[in-house]
Amino acid sequence: MQDSQQSARRQSIARFRKYEPLIRELVTRDLKVKYRRSFLGYVWSILNPLLMMALQTVIFSYMFSSNIPNYPLYLICGNTLFTFFNESANMGMASVLGNSSLIKKVYIPKYIFPLSRVTSSFVTMVFSLAAVLLVMLFTRATLYPTLLLFWVPLIFEFLFCSGMALLLSALAVYFRDIQYLFGILTMAWMYATPIFYPIEQLPPFAQNLMKFNPMYHYINLFRNLVIYGNIPGPNTWIACIVSSVVMLGLGLWVFRKLQRNFILYI
Amino acid sequence: MANIITVDHVSMRFNLAQEKTETLKEYAVKLLRGQLMFNEFYALKDVSFQVERGESVALIGRNGSGKSTMLKVIAGVMYPSKGSVRVNGDIAPMIELGAGFDMELTARENIFLNGAVLGHDRAYMQEHFDSIIDFAELKDFVDVPVKNYSSGMLARLGFAVATEVKADLLVVDEVLGVGDFMFQQKCQKRLADMLAGDTTLLFVSHNSQQVRELCSRAIWLHHGVVRGDGPSAEVCAAYESAMQRGEV
Repeated sequence: MQDSQQSARRQSIARFRKYEPLIRELVTRDLKVKYRRSFLGYVWSILNPLLMMALQTVIFSYMFSSNIPNYPLYLICGNTLFTFFNESANMGMASVLGNSSLIKKVYIPKYIFPLSRVTSSFVTMVFSLAAVLLVMLFTRATLYPTLLLFWVPLIFEFLFCSGMALLLSALAVYFRDIQYLFGILTMAWMYATPIFYPIEQLPPFAQNLMKFNPMYHYINLFRNLVIYGNIPGPNTWIACIVSSVVMLGLGLWVFRKLQRNFILYI
Repeated sequence: MANIITVDHVSMRFNLAQEKTETLKEYAVKLLRGQLMFNEFYALKDVSFQVERGESVALIGRNGSGKSTMLKVIAGVMYPSKGSVRVNGDIAPMIELGAGFDMELTARENIFLNGAVLGHDRAYMQEHFDSIIDFAELKDFVDVPVKNYSSGMLARLGFAVATEVKADLLVVDEVLGVGDFMFQQKCQKRLADMLAGDTTLLFVSHNSQQVRELCSRAIWLHHGVVRGDGPSAEVCAAYESAMQRGEV
């Protein structure tokens, strides 16, 4: 029994290696197609967050008279991470349905589609980190040594989003309504995450509730490392690790359960 | 010699009602009427056969006889409801040519993408790149997005990619009708060359002329049941005479 399990595991690792080039090809495809025929191309990955930040800075500094130091930087950090989540979850969700013509004709491990989608969103986000750096330099923010750890929360978020995309893409095959429902859900999620307001502005019970929002923890960790130059205590780390690992595990488990019958529904 | 394909008592059941129910309302109505889950349909019924390495086997039969379903089960796209299929080796599926093409990308980019779909890395595809373009006769259009291609050009490119790579088992589903007469000749020749090597061919068709030319053995499927299995000349003759008598 154990032997067969071991050989099955070895087999699936071998299969993953065989299809590794496919993930790379799909990611480059996504990136190439994304800005093809647009005049500025990849520059949009940097320009878009900057324009968004400028707009929101103008609007929100009127609406909330918050006293967040370096508000533009605060905003763009939150936005960059949340945009990645939003994009990868939504695109990942559509990835299995969108590749149905391929799934019907060729054997490919199906998890490759949501995974490559999340990876290409991740690469786009890495590009747009240049915008964050620009804002830091432009606003003369202090560059703390903790800045070098900026990638840690991004890895946690990547794992979380991968799990999310696996889960949603599998469910979307059976209940297509999820695609519409999730649009509203992400909107609510965005408002429930301190992207443009400080968490201190919330009433105490909402602040407690926030501890169950993984996105809050990733953004919080990122801001602490990049803006404030401190490494948060163990609670934040535990929250980040647990939420990303649990989500990935859940996504993989559900996807494995459901993928056998995809072919009958797509 | 070792079997490359072992099909062991395979049945494939589709639930017609299940597939058609798409909205909640429809589902509720059907549930009330008790129509749900009753419309079972067997595309394959207890099919068994083995294919040895190097053989060229055709699946023949009329439309809806289960040929394509059988092919998809062998290609690993579908899982059988009952029974099992074992394949020892790499499969190059040609169930639809250019299934993995992205219309926005150029031919060059699509060759690498399609190669990766078949499980080959960049270096391997780079090696075979020139001969793929040569075979598809698309030298002047390498960097044109394939959405501007004609359907014949697309099919040529798809065929060239799928047959350039070395595979143990080539699965072909009525794709030889592509291109003009000259190109069809070229395709047939290439398949024959591959067969002369070590490749096993599994070929689906209802054109018995083609089957006789390419395959030494034929399996006749009729409503999901094997009705004949043997040398292609014999099986094709039986199939044709049954068709003339109006039996199938």
